[in-house]
Amino acid sequence: GGSLLFQQVPMVEIDGMKMVQTRAILSYIAAKYNLYGKDLKERALIDMYVGGTEDLMGFILFFPFLSAEDKEKQRATIIQKATSRYFPVYEKVLKDHGQSFLVGNKFSWADVHLLEAILMVEEKKSDVLSGFPQLQAFKARISSIPTIKKFLEPGSQRKPVPDDKYVETVRRVLRMYFDIKAN
Amino acid sequence: MSGKPRLTYFNGRGRMEPVRWLLAAAGVEFEEKFLETREQYEKLMKDGELMFQQVPLVEIDGMKLVQTRAILSYIAGRYNLYGKDLKERALIDMYVEGITDLMQMILTFPFLPPEAKEKNLESIKEKATNRYFPVFEKALKQHGQDFLVGNKFSWADVQLIEAILAVEEKIPAVLSAFPQLQVI
Repeated sequence: GGSLLFQQVPMVEIDGMKMVQTRAILSYIAAKYNLYGKDLKERALIDMYVGGTEDLMGFILFFPFLSAEDKEKQRATIIQKATSRYFPVYEKVLKDHGQSFLVGNKFSWADVHLLEAILMVEEKKSDVLSGFPQLQAFKARISSIPTIKKFLEPGSQRKPVPDDKYVETVRRVLRMYFDIKAN
Repeated sequence: MSGKPRLTYFNGRGRMEPVRWLLAAAGVEFEEKFLETREQYEKLMKDGELMFQQVPLVEIDGMKLVQTRAILSYIAGRYNLYGKDLKERALIDMYVEGITDLMQMILTFPFLPPEAKEKNLESIKEKATNRYFPVFEKALKQHGQDFLVGNKFSWADVQLIEAILAVEEKIPAVLSAFPQLQVI
């Protein structure tokens, strides 16, 4: 027993460890597969960028659990935060250094995370990148990396937008029947 | 301008406190700039100092770092408080993230209305004694070493002591069932 260190999922069994805490899991994978920059400073930059995209995706994480009325409000919040706080930062980073990737002229976790965030926000507003030419090019570029391209194709393990069945399952398994409010 | 790290935040704990703890544990002196007015905050944003328009901000080694986790990870890595290899780092990360979840409940406490504070205290006590402290009690008991990871002082130990003291401030007898943690 005791597979879940803090009684929570996600849990990833990897290299003989039962890892929990999403951040810990992601950091381990990034480092192991050379997606974490070449030194401490590049890692700090990647961590900062990932922190931003994580905050942005945080607004979307509990979206499926909101009431219909709160969903409308939250959609507006997501778009507003994306276009006024987060996307401008990455747009500027890419414009300033003119390189293909966010950090160290090399594909990293930060690029993967940003692409995921962009796609998720686009699911809420399909033309959300219209004021961000750098991000549009970035999206096309990263999507065409073979491993990413494969993941974006049907039949991969990428999961679809959460639906009512997903919400119902989470609530049932975690006994999470309280109302979730928008932030 | 000295070479010391400079912290920009409110004059209080909030999200910056773990950074203060970690720098202190590493024996690194730091300076602080306290936010007291709206104008200061707006100037920081206008000057482009805050990547996501948020504090904490830590100026260190020529970088303007934001995002608490990024800051803490950098300091831990820089001052050898992050384990000896990837797997130790993973363990430290897991422990730290768990403690951070617990600390999050204490972080929001001052901002709650009076009627919500009582319930929140109950929640902190329940989570500390049923979910978080047992994990660290068990880890210390199982390996019998002085420190959580790799028989060496690390970020995880700093974060845990900070959390224990913070919870004790709310619930003085909280460690009564945790002999291993009492010794820390």
